[in-house]
Amino acid sequence: MIELKFNIEGGDFDSAGTASSETKKKLQQLNVDSKVIKRTVVALYEGEVNIAAHAYRGVVTVKVSDHQILAILKDEGPGIADISRAMMVGFSTASPKVREMGFGAGMGLPNMKKNADDLQIESTPGVGTTVTMSFVF
Amino acid sequence: MKVSELVKELNLVVFSGENHLNREISGGYVSDLLSDVMGNAREGNVWITLQTHRNVVAIASLKELACILLVSSLVPEQSALDHSNQEGIPVLGTSLSTFEIAGLLYQKIKIAR
Ligand SMILES: Nc1ncnc2c1ncn2[C@@H]1O[C@H](COP(=O)(O)OP(=O)(O)OP(=O)(O)O)[C@@H](O)[C@H]1O
Ligand SMILES: [Mg+2]
Repeated sequence: MIELKFNIEGGDFDSAGTASSETKKKLQQLNVDSKVIKRTVVALYEGEVNIAAHAYRGVVTVKVSDHQILAILKDEGPGIADISRAMMVGFSTASPKVREMGFGAGMGLPNMKKNADDLQIESTPGVGTTVTMSFVF
Repeated sequence: MKVSELVKELNLVVFSGENHLNREISGGYVSDLLSDVMGNAREGNVWITLQTHRNVVAIASLKELACILLVSSLVPEQSALDHSNQEGIPVLGTSLSTFEIAGLLYQKIKIAR
């Protein structure tokens, strides 16, 4: 099994995409099916950007085993009070500055749901959020 | 049609990625919402946008888009330029508006098919 780890700082949009980009390279080296790589990369990017946009800091862990990619995104942040509401297309609490950059369409979590084979969100308001996604191949 | 042919035919500015203009174009996508592009753009698409920052390049690279096309004479930020040269994603530009350039791109792609 291969494990990758990335630290993400809240507000750091310049580094956003590093975890997904590095993971993509690794999966390509491992000859994972390109459709699976595409799905993984979309969901992972949305997850890491959500930490940058909505949390204070977080760690992304990606574990690749024979037939599965597991991505765990654990952050310290405000948490999500109403997860089913957050999952709705168009729901966003992004700041005006973040929206100006083109984030904040409220499509990130729906993209993650669509692209992952399984998505679990655990969140404690005032403490943080852990998003776990798996991709099977 | 290749990106290099599009550059010539639509008289586009090449800001970066000069060495990566031989990609084949599969179609176009017009959006300034990054998650929309992440979710719906397709490999080989020309991405027409007014966003000029580094994340646009990150997304285009992850999605393996053909190129980024900035409208209305907008200029990419330096960090976007640096990143696009690293990732091999051309950033192009036009003085035309989104509406006008999308119309022209649509025609070119349709004829090329
Ligand atoms: N890690 C997180 N910590 C705290 N809140 C979060 C987190 N992830 C998502 N949210 C909340 O869920 C909402 C919806 O998230 P989603 O990713 O769908 O949209 P967005 O990030 O606002 O915009 P987009 O992803 O389209 O750029 C966010 O606006 C935010 O309120
Ligand atoms: Mg998001």
